[in-house]
Amino acid sequence: MDPECAQLLPALCAVLVDPRQPVADDTCLEKLLDWFKTVTEGESSVVLLQEHPCLVELLSHVLKVQDLSSGVLSFSLRLAGTFAAQENCFQYLQVRSTPSSPCRETPACLWPRRPVSSWCTSWLCPCEVEPRGSPACRGVTGPRVPRRSWITLKSPCAPRPPPSSPVFSSSDGSLWETVARALSCLGPTHMGPLALGILKLEHCPQALRTQAFQVLLQPLACVLKATVQAPGPPGLLDGTADDATTVDTLLASKSSCAGLLCRTLAHLEELQPLPQRPSPWPQASLLGATVTVLRLCDGSAAPASSVGGHLCGTLAGCVRVQRAALDFLGTLSQGTGPQELVTQALAVLLECLESPGSSPTVLKKAFQATLRWLLSSPKTPGCSDLGPLIPQFLRELFPVLQKRLCHPCWEVRDSALEFLTQLSRHWGGQADFRCALLASEVPQLALQLLQDPESYVRASAVTAMGQLSSQGLHAPTSPEHAEARQSLFLELLHILSVDSEGFPRRAVMQVFTEWLRDGHADAAQDTEQFVATVLQAASRDLDWEVRAQGLELALVFLGQTLGPPRTHCPYAVALPEVAPAQPLTEALRALCHVGLFDFAFCALFDCDRPVAQKSCDLLLFLRDKIASYSSLREARGSPNTASAEATLPRWRAGEQAQPPGDQEPEAVLAMLRSLDLEGLRSTLAESSDHVEKSPQSLLQDMLATGGFLQGDEADCY
Amino acid sequence: MKLYCLSGHPTLPCNVLKFKSTTIMLDCGLDMTSTLNFLPLPLVQSPRLSNLPGWSLKDGNAFLDKELKECSGHVFVDSVPEFCLPETELIDLSTVDVILISNYHCMMALPYITEHTGFTGTVYATEPTVQIGRLLMEELVNFIERVPKAQSASLWKNKDIQRLLPSPLKDAVEVSTWRRCYTMQEVNSALSKIQLVGYSQKIELFGAVQVTPLSSGYALGSSNWIIQSHYEKVSYVSGSSLLTTHPQPMDQASLKNSDVLVLTGLTQIPTANPDGMVGEFCSNLALTVRNGGNVLVPCYPSGVIYDLLECLYQYIDSAGLSSVPLYFISPVANSSLEFSQIFAEWLCHNKQSKVYLPEPPFPHAELIQTNKLKHYPSIHGDFSNDFRQPCVVFTGHPSLRFGDVVHFMELWGKSSLNTVIFTEPDFSYLEALAPYQPLAMKCIYCPIDTRLNFIQVSKLLKEVQPLHVVCPEQYTQPPPAQSHRMDLMIDCQPPAMSYRRAEVLALPFKRRYEKIEIMPELADSLVPMEIKPGISLATVSAVLHTKDNKHLLQPPPRPAQPTSGKKRKRVSDDVPDCKVLKPLLSGSIPVEQFVQTLEKEAETLIQIEEDSTHIICDNDEMLRVRLRDLVLKFLQKF
Repeated sequence: MDPECAQLLPALCAVLVDPRQPVADDTCLEKLLDWFKTVTEGESSVVLLQEHPCLVELLSHVLKVQDLSSGVLSFSLRLAGTFAAQENCFQYLQVRSTPSSPCRETPACLWPRRPVSSWCTSWLCPCEVEPRGSPACRGVTGPRVPRRSWITLKSPCAPRPPPSSPVFSSSDGSLWETVARALSCLGPTHMGPLALGILKLEHCPQALRTQAFQVLLQPLACVLKATVQAPGPPGLLDGTADDATTVDTLLASKSSCAGLLCRTLAHLEELQPLPQRPSPWPQASLLGATVTVLRLCDGSAAPASSVGGHLCGTLAGCVRVQRAALDFLGTLSQGTGPQELVTQALAVLLECLESPGSSPTVLKKAFQATLRWLLSSPKTPGCSDLGPLIPQFLRELFPVLQKRLCHPCWEVRDSALEFLTQLSRHWGGQADFRCALLASEVPQLALQLLQDPESYVRASAVTAMGQLSSQGLHAPTSPEHAEARQSLFLELLHILSVDSEGFPRRAVMQVFTEWLRDGHADAAQDTEQFVATVLQAASRDLDWEVRAQGLELALVFLGQTLGPPRTHCPYAVALPEVAPAQPLTEALRALCHVGLFDFAFCALFDCDRPVAQKSCDLLLFLRDKIASYSSLREARGSPNTASAEATLPRWRAGEQAQPPGDQEPEAVLAMLRSLDLEGLRSTLAESSDHVEKSPQSLLQDMLATGGFLQGDEADCY
Repeated sequence: MKLYCLSGHPTLPCNVLKFKSTTIMLDCGLDMTSTLNFLPLPLVQSPRLSNLPGWSLKDGNAFLDKELKECSGHVFVDSVPEFCLPETELIDLSTVDVILISNYHCMMALPYITEHTGFTGTVYATEPTVQIGRLLMEELVNFIERVPKAQSASLWKNKDIQRLLPSPLKDAVEVSTWRRCYTMQEVNSALSKIQLVGYSQKIELFGAVQVTPLSSGYALGSSNWIIQSHYEKVSYVSGSSLLTTHPQPMDQASLKNSDVLVLTGLTQIPTANPDGMVGEFCSNLALTVRNGGNVLVPCYPSGVIYDLLECLYQYIDSAGLSSVPLYFISPVANSSLEFSQIFAEWLCHNKQSKVYLPEPPFPHAELIQTNKLKHYPSIHGDFSNDFRQPCVVFTGHPSLRFGDVVHFMELWGKSSLNTVIFTEPDFSYLEALAPYQPLAMKCIYCPIDTRLNFIQVSKLLKEVQPLHVVCPEQYTQPPPAQSHRMDLMIDCQPPAMSYRRAEVLALPFKRRYEKIEIMPELADSLVPMEIKPGISLATVSAVLHTKDNKHLLQPPPRPAQPTSGKKRKRVSDDVPDCKVLKPLLSGSIPVEQFVQTLEKEAETLIQIEEDSTHIICDNDEMLRVRLRDLVLKFLQKF
């Protein structure tokens, strides 16, 4: 911790425990917590606590204060959890805590659910970031923790809740028993996060994990049970007793039902990719349950019980649940499932994409989930076809995609285009896909959308057409489309030159960079002409991102002319230097000819920092590259920098040479050597808002909210 | 209080409410789905339709082949289309005092009622309702009259024969009451009985009840009605919408505190979200036109078409379709487009404020100005000169049985490039298409129904909290095709009372109070006595004067000055033994005492049993008859 912050810390702690002092919003507390996490990663927590006794003071003091905001309380509990994640620090806190728990006097109303559950998560979460088998982790969470330490851990950081709460009222029983009891006592709304926390732990009794997983699965099991006609696949329903409170929550109201299902789906989504997720993972049941939830949302599920009937009514048209279920369905594509369920998943996705009732946000999620399923579908290795299911699916998908590309709502057109881009990026080479795509009107519709009134859609259309064109898919190969195949470059160039919005122009620059990198026909035919045209258009652009992308394109061109950038990894096997395609002077002449130097030097003085930075990097790379050429020495003889120096003021003014590319290579080289590029780079590296983003500024802001900084008061007069 | 239900169609209601001494008809909807059983009326001679084979019974008997024709496995009546009228037998319609109209779709049966039932009352409706209703009727009459058809089929309606017919003809109800369309003369006469009203205007009916129209948000000038007396309030909610489309928003607050809320005219497609459907409409339109196909939109000349044109106004440019002509063909197209622009006070706030700029509230004015939208009274005349393809045609009638749409179905049906997009929810699109099969043209079903859905109804009922809800039976159970969707029905406490066609419902509340005014001088003379804190009583002797359903207590006439003994009433000498009956002011008649008196007075024997009364007069037949008639008269009163 730097001394400036250390100096401010006691005052801040005082503000936090003072209920009369307004504390800045929760985001400040979150930022503060993040900062503490960074600090504890860098130095020992014990040392930190020793050097700053105000922190221990804060942790034990918050419990004594009445009327403290729950935000501050929650913050303190999580801070304690962060410190206690290091074993010695945990012990330190244990010793420092006062034997008589001060929280007995704390009024019950002060302990809403939020601090309790946030305490649980704060305590469980830090452990999960510890490396596997770390003694610290075992020390805190493992069964070897003495029973008393749990209690003492509680007293400084998590006060005893009111006696009426069964969750933490018992002081005997082991740690795990207490957690297990908490799991069974908390309502369905709060036990989800706790169950998730438990399942993320690596060292935890199997019985507790099983219990936690059952708790987590309960809502979906209820849904499945309420709708399944015949006994479903084993796994999810086994052992999940009918939990009355879960059913009650699902039936209580639309919002409680949707809330519970959304949280459950989000928790499971978080758990699914983790290595420590429960095993066996009930992939088939989860898939079945998610498909059922989606069917309930679109009103097509057939209920098997009165609970099911009620769920039908509650969830029909519920966009929130639909979105959460689609997210989770997408995640489930990473596992394998029985063919029948995969078919069902694809069918429900197609219905969702097809349904006129799907809202734009639902459609976006449906496109994302469909993409994940398609890309993870099993492929026969070494074979170009896409398995038995996909061709049929694609035949049904493209008419839907066509319709979506014509949708009056721009968000829908936009997500359809993004989907198209992603899908062709991955499958552009697959025969089945090419066939289905070219048989549809999708490419023509995407081309049409280059003229869309909405700039986001134009940008997505540019990206999509660029992608399709890279793979020869932007128009059918038949002769009547020959013109369409050729005119795309000009059309994109037109957008780059005249479009009034930045997004489409940025997208065009990205496409051109890709084309240059991949040797797209339009770029490869006459590369110099291509680069010159694009750079000229980009240099005039008012949008800094377009100019930055222009430098990216220039870098690709440099790499192609002078050889790729050297790898910076010192341990990498050194590749033999690729012999440059042409002698240096010729290469430099080419760079001059396309106006690359003009562009780069102008960019060096760009008023937008990222552009200048990028240009600085590019010029350094260039200088580096040239230095490695043996031929450089030839050029060192008589540098004639006069013309370049004459140009310098114009570059500063942001003007380009007219006509571009009239610099002599030697002159440019001399200029390059004369500039202090390293110095410039380090100046540029410091962001203008580095002061505002510093932790010191955060602490000052929080103190200022409390009116604590004396100096500011004087300013008022 | 009773409700007589004359229509079985939940969105085309026709109910009669008897409330206090008034008889009020609520809406006058005409069920036109009956026309789906008839062959289309082609504007231009159609060889296909005229060469359809006649239908014969299984045994080969072909006596019906002149009346019934077969097309792709369906049987149609080859005659002038007929409509299913509201029930006329349930109640004597000449006793109806007033008819309240809630929107222009719900008045299409008006000429049948006002011109043929002896109706002598008044019809109340808002101005846009009348004007647009007139356009709808005019269009209907025009569509049917311009294709004169000599043949009128009636043989098939015979009950014994109908039984032998295939579905759906076999199951058609009340076919004997189906009637041909009215004439323009009848329309004019019916409309002349309408009195125009404005929102929130209070209309007194015979001093007994007050009726008030409220904005219902569904269509231009559409209204819900409040029918109230001093102590009772009935709300009639019909065709309402909470969506932001062109009409003024729905007035919900005034529906609060109703004793009974009659709820009709909910969305016919509860699972379809209108926004999604508009999206679907645009996408399919664009895809068709882009491929060189034509789009046909069968529609009414007013209503959703305004919203669709507005949507297309924004969409066609973005979809690169600005050069595609939009045609609106209807005998009333011009009036409809112009009327919509002049009813500013009936429009939503957004459109109202445009009028002050001044700008036309609907953008179709601009579409017309820029020649993107063209309108014609029919396909004959100018249209055939201007016609360019591919194009989009809006035309009627949505049933596809008459109107210019028949011509376009015949013209474009053979090509799969063309698309017909159904946006009106009143007719099943499959049934509408049946006489055009086999059909190559694409069919898209995008029903746009902005009326309340069940979620909105449940919110509305929570908000306005009526004591009782009365609705068509269709709303008290999930739709037959989605029997598991318990959310697609009205869910309220106490459960809604349901009605069906030809049913009479006793509404579940009793009138307890009547308002009586006291003349000031009489009120002055009262001497209240506090019997417990806050409650005072006073005895009143007065004359109750009732006129025009208003009750007034007047001071009693001064007792006549006792003058000479000549005029003094003769006191009866023979006073009977039993106690003299005092005139009753309240409570029930002491039956036994009363019978005893009668027996003593008139020497009759009166036996009263639970279900019969015997009157035996030994020698006075006149008296027996008089007593019998009296009893019968009272019986009739119950």
